[in-house]
Amino acid sequence: MSVPFYVSPEQIIKDKADFARKGISRGRSVVVLQYADGVIFVAENPSRALHKISEIYDRIGFAAVGKYNEFENLRVAGVRLADMRGYAYDRLDVTGRSLANAYAQTLGTIFTDAAKPYEVEIVVAEVGGTADDDQIYRLTFDGSVADEHSYLAMGGQTDAILEVLEAQWREGLKLAEGVRVGVAALSAGADRALDAADLEAAVLDRTRPRRAFRRLGPADLTEILVASSASPPGD
Amino acid sequence: MTSDPMPGRFAAAYLAPGTASFADFLTSTGYHGAVSASVGDLSHSVPHGTTIVAFTYRDGVIMAGDRRATMGNLIAQRDIEKVFPADEHSVIGIAGAAGLAVELVRLFQVELEHYEKIEGVPLSLDGKANRLATLLRSNLGFAMQGLAVVPLFGGYDLHRARGRIFSYDVTGGRYEEHEHFAVGSGSVFARGSLKKLYRPQLSETDAITAAIEALYDAADDDSATGGPDMNRRIFPVVALATADGVTIIDTDRMGNAVDEVVAARRTRPDGPAANLSGGAP
Repeated sequence: MSVPFYVSPEQIIKDKADFARKGISRGRSVVVLQYADGVIFVAENPSRALHKISEIYDRIGFAAVGKYNEFENLRVAGVRLADMRGYAYDRLDVTGRSLANAYAQTLGTIFTDAAKPYEVEIVVAEVGGTADDDQIYRLTFDGSVADEHSYLAMGGQTDAILEVLEAQWREGLKLAEGVRVGVAALSAGADRALDAADLEAAVLDRTRPRRAFRRLGPADLTEILVASSASPPGD
Repeated sequence: MTSDPMPGRFAAAYLAPGTASFADFLTSTGYHGAVSASVGDLSHSVPHGTTIVAFTYRDGVIMAGDRRATMGNLIAQRDIEKVFPADEHSVIGIAGAAGLAVELVRLFQVELEHYEKIEGVPLSLDGKANRLATLLRSNLGFAMQGLAVVPLFGGYDLHRARGRIFSYDVTGGRYEEHEHFAVGSGSVFARGSLKKLYRPQLSETDAITAAIEALYDAADDDSATGGPDMNRRIFPVVALATADGVTIIDTDRMGNAVDEVVAARRTRPDGPAANLSGGAP
């Protein structure tokens, strides 16, 4: 009879984490940054149909990197939970915090119990009345939650992206400025200038009446990016 | 409903692939919204909403509802709202058992938005009308106890670039109506009035006036329909569904439009007359 292999728990966790990290870093990146009226999401995503960014509820948005089928599954669960809570209680009772909590618990359980961890990293963002009330939760494959501010990048090549964000992001950016910072950062990560066809973008705009989430289509993006190359520096 | 999954992880139903329908998802989680009780006719024991009119006009669809809810011979509420936006391009009005009707509207609103978020595109107008029929059918047991809900659904069809109206019966039958329609206790009088005033290309302002006239005539002959309450400034709720989205007309604008109609009725209590011979009425 063969002796079963002993593998220490530390080794199992490490192997799973390395596996998940490797899967995530292969993918294209997403940046999330705050601007004067809310939160901007920009993703390098040439697909018009398979979204990395999506609306969850009135004031709550979602962005993800990694394996599509896995984060899509989590996105749908989030929409269901939000709509269920809003229907059973009230629209005001749906919060980003409770959603982030559900995601953390779910990802944590999958990481420890399942043979294969999810190769995803997600962001749940909620806009409040002012920029100080905005909340951005970043969730990783093992269920850890981080409460983020200002800006963040997920996916591959994040060092180059973060460098640009650190240099160019400041408080109170206007929408077009913020989108340009996001695109510049992603372009640094991709090592080429990205244009509207390579990008998916959306905002949570606190000035909109009920549903804060709005997609920026190719036309909106082109307008913002073309204006930046036409205007003199310092504008 | 099953226990709220918070603050724990998502229950299995939330992660299961499949439906984009919120109502179907509710059923799969074991949610029991409607509880049937076999206690005979309840029609006089709960508030009932009354008259809703809808018609197409130049820019899309207009829907208007009076503000009265009755319970037998009593006025249960004098400022109830019975016309709601269903989503960004459609509106729903309700007559019948008010509690069930408002709940139906809430579920329908979530249903439409849920589909849009899951699928990334909104339902077609026909798709919305069909979903409402399915939701309504589950209420048949209540309808047999005198608690029928009779919705009227209207919206701007982005594919056909025009306004459309759908009516329903308690079994979930769905019927497309052309030009104009009304539901509720005062609907017969409202429709008679509307027939004389309706033009296919009414302007927005004239459409609002025609809707107020129709509800005024309904309130004139049906005790369950509330007329405009001039002292409390309670006016009909009027919603427009056009290519640009849904608008609820604000109280100031409604007040001015109602004041004009009521002023004209001081000289002609029966409303505007057709140009025929036989002397002044």
